[in-house]
Formats: sequence, C-alpha cells, structure tokens
Amino acid sequence: MKNILLLSTLVLTSTTLHAQTPSLDELWEIVKAQEELIQNLQSELSANENKIEETHIVATSVAEAVESTFSASETNQQAESWANRTSIGGYGEHHYNIVEDGSDQIDAHRYVLYINHHYSDTIQFFSEFELEHSLAGDGKPGEVELEQAFINWQFAENHNASIGQFLLPVGILNEMHEPDTFYGVERNNVEKEVIPSTWWESGVMLSGELAPGLAYDAAIHSGLMVENFRIRWGRQKSAEAVADDLAFTGRIRYTAMPGLELSASVQYQSDIAQGTLTDSASATLFETHAVYQGEVFGLRALYAAWDIYNAEFEQNGSDDLEGWYIEPSVRLSQSTGLFARYSNIDPRRGDKPSQETEQFDIGVNYWLNPNVVLKADYQNNLEAGDDAFNLGVGWSF
Amino acid sequence: MPSRILLVALCFVSASWAQIGVFQSVDDFINEAFTETPSIETLWLNNETREQIERALNRSFQALRIRYWRHGGRTAWILHETGKELPITVGVVVENNKIVALSVLEYRESRGGEVRYPLFRDQFFDAELNNDQVLSKHIHGITGATLSVSAIKRVATAALLCHQIAVDVETSP
Repeated sequence: MKNILLLSTLVLTSTTLHAQTPSLDELWEIVKAQEELIQNLQSELSANENKIEETHIVATSVAEAVESTFSASETNQQAESWANRTSIGGYGEHHYNIVEDGSDQIDAHRYVLYINHHYSDTIQFFSEFELEHSLAGDGKPGEVELEQAFINWQFAENHNASIGQFLLPVGILNEMHEPDTFYGVERNNVEKEVIPSTWWESGVMLSGELAPGLAYDAAIHSGLMVENFRIRWGRQKSAEAVADDLAFTGRIRYTAMPGLELSASVQYQSDIAQGTLTDSASATLFETHAVYQGEVFGLRALYAAWDIYNAEFEQNGSDDLEGWYIEPSVRLSQSTGLFARYSNIDPRRGDKPSQETEQFDIGVNYWLNPNVVLKADYQNNLEAGDDAFNLGVGWSF
Repeated sequence: MPSRILLVALCFVSASWAQIGVFQSVDDFINEAFTETPSIETLWLNNETREQIERALNRSFQALRIRYWRHGGRTAWILHETGKELPITVGVVVENNKIVALSVLEYRESRGGEVRYPLFRDQFFDAELNNDQVLSKHIHGITGATLSVSAIKRVATAALLCHQIAVDVETSP
C-alpha cells in the first residue's frame, strides 16, 4: 500500500514537473522518494524469496514423508514377508483342430504355472508346473507334470549353477515355448520328435558368458531310457528315473547382434537304453539353429540329428534320426504376423530306405497384446495326408 | 570322459563374463554425460505428467518427483525398471528430445544381460518420441532377453518423456 502511494506520488510529481524544469530541491525530493520505493521493493523481494524457499522446504518434506511411507512399507514387506519375493507367472493355450480325414478336436492343451522365489541376490528358486489336456488320471487324456524345479545359485561373481530339474539347452522351443513367442497353433514336429521337446532332466548345469554375446551352458544330468526305439518315448521326466547312465549336454549361443541368435548343442549319453539291451546304445545328439527377427522379416532354421550306436537300434532302423525346418515370417504390423514353415523328418539316413515325412504349414498370428495371441494355420502333411486347419488362443503372463 | 567334460566346462566357467553386476557407477555415468558439472534438478509430477509416465512404463508410478541432472539443454536420468523379476538400473542422456547415450548401470538377473553391450544399446542413439509417444526407432530384440529388452525400451521412452516435461516446465509461461 505504501509503495502504491509512493509510486502514485512519483507519477503525479513527474507529470506536474513535466510541464516545467524542476528545481534542485524538487529533484532531491524525487530522488529520496525513489530511493524509499527501491528499498521497499527490495524488502518485499527478499521476503518473497524467503517464502519461496520455505514453500520448497515444506514441499520437499511432504514428498519425503510420502515417499518414505510407501518405501518403508515396501522395505518392511521385503524384509519380513516372502510374498514380495515370490512371483507367479504362466502360460496357456487352447486348440481347435479341424482334421481333413479324421475327427476334429478341441483341447485345453496346456495350463502352466511358474512359481519363483528370490531368496537373495545370489539364490533363486524357479519352477514350472503343468496340466495338459485338462483332465489327468487313469483313463484321462491329460497329464500333470513338474516341468522345472531348480535352484539357481550365483556361487561366484561370474558363475551360475542350476541345480535340480531344468529344461535342457537344446533347440529353439525347448526353453522358450510360451505360445505368444512362436508361430503355429501346434509346436513344430521336428523339435517335438527329434530333440524331443519339451525335454527336461535333473542334474547340474553351469551357465555363463565366454565373451560379450557368446554364452555357454554345460550340464550333467539324468538321461533317456529309450524303449521301443522311439527317442521321444525315452524321456523319463525325472519320475523315479533310472540313472545308471547319465548324459552330458553342452551349448554355445551367440546373441551379440541384436535380433540374431546362432546356437549349437551337443548331447552324449553312453547308453540311452539304460542297460535294457544286450549291448549299450551310445547316442549323440547334434542340434544347431539360427533365429533372426527384424522389424518386418523373421527367419527360423533348425537342424537336429541323432546317431545311435547299437545293433538292435540299427536292425529296427532307428539308429539315425534327423530333422530340419525353415520358417520365414513377416510382421505386417505390431499385432499381425504371417508365417510359412517347411519341415522334414527322416528316421533313416544314408543308404537306408527313406521314411521321411514332410509337412508344410502356413498361417497367421494376431496379438491382442504382446502376451495374448490368436492363431490360425493350415498344415499340409505331404506324405500321410492328415491335413488340418487349426485355430488357437494362447497367453503368457 | 565325464571328468574331462567337467574340466572343459570349468575352463569355460573361469573365462566367463559376468551377467550380473554393477557395470558403471552413477558418478562415472554423469561424468561421461556432461563436459561441465551439471546441476541436480527435481521434476515434480502432477496427475497429468504421472499418468503420461505410467503409460510409458506400463505400470503404476508412485513417486512425487524425479531427480535428474542438467546442463544447458542436456539432461540425464537414472531409472530402475524390472526385466523378468528384478530391477535393471539404466542411465539415459537426452538432448534436443533425442537420446544421445544409454547405459546399463546395474543388472541383477542371471540371464538376459546382453542388453548391456554396445551393439544393443547403440540402437537407442538418436531415438525420439513420435506422435504416439513411443520410440521412433525399431529396437532389435535379443533371444532369451525379451523382458529385459522390453524394460530398457520402457526406460528409454520414460526418459524422453521426462525430458520433454522438464523442458516444458521451464519454458511454459
């Protein structure tokens, strides 16, 4: 108020004096009034600066109080409750298979739960529990399976060990098979029959990096027990598994170039029949694959082959098994992708009569969101004629 | 035979590179980001700006403010974002609404650590937000590190957004 009066006086004075040259006394009065005005404005400015600083201090204190409330409660929970160190995830898929020369089928193919627990920065527990085909039990089509259950231990700065039951480091789908991550309603036959995915064993696996983007895995674990000469039926799934003969699996994987993965795995078991045959059946699996995913184009290519050294396997024509597939794809948008796949499985190689099977698939994935996908495809079995049109829904979380 | 394989495996193990660890300290990251000493600023969030950040991170964001470093038109942000199960600490430097540097300061998961290597990180150079407030550049993923890649992309988006908000706050009347 005082400053307004001073300012008004100055304006009035200057207006009046504008008409005539002021005297020295009048000028001195103007200067004194201006000086008083400046001092008053400086005092106001200082007071305002103090108020701003006080407001800032109050706001900071309030923010710290609010943040400490929810961070303290989080800290207490993390310290005292397992719930915050335990996570749940999973995936699932339902399929509708319209078979050309056979019965159509609707199937709740998989319902999978992950339960993981973080004990400390160096020790974690991972597990995967699965129900297949909805109903398990005597006479029911489904299975309840423990697919993974292992402790991951960072026992030294650069070293990790997985101890327990884990997925073997082979193939593309064996470790990563959530339905939103691959094309096609059903998983490809090559990895199913030849690798044979999904394949888990119990043992110890060391993992790490040899160089930037060059990773290794080396595992010693329970092995197959192949009866009836079919590799896929030899998976014991750690269910009171016969362990007279262990197996060894190693993998080198290159991922240094974004979007590209190159991988090679080798497995050796000295007797995949676990002593049930006259002679031991030593077996080696070699698998290699390449995966590329660009902004628009993608490609998957995989080759896998078994060599089994045993007279009975040879007599049965089951001592060699190889398969390969190539799968180009195109992302039309963030939500839509098209794919085509050619698969070839040959249970007999070299100069033996061929019983190879070929299959051609073509289809589309439509992602409702990055983790929920609708699928449709047509599979054309070029030899056996069991062609089918498949629809599916899949999710992961 | 088994002992030889184990011996070879142990040789690989001893030569292995770390997935988990602190790869760059905050001080080193800030010193690299600025040629002159930056000021430490505070970005206060209101409901609107918090909602924008929550959209960028695709989760709730409870903090009332975000501290950042600034000198001239360049800002640096250090944000934490969960990959599969554990947080990744990422530093992002922004200037002229574009990313000029991105660094993984600390990685805590046992797999997916390839995101810290230059071949992956360099993809973010010059990335900005388009009209839909998403990254303008396609970022190639890494097989087996999908969730970590996604976390880094969310951090990059959030840092660009925070820079935009901080600059708008300064220049708004």
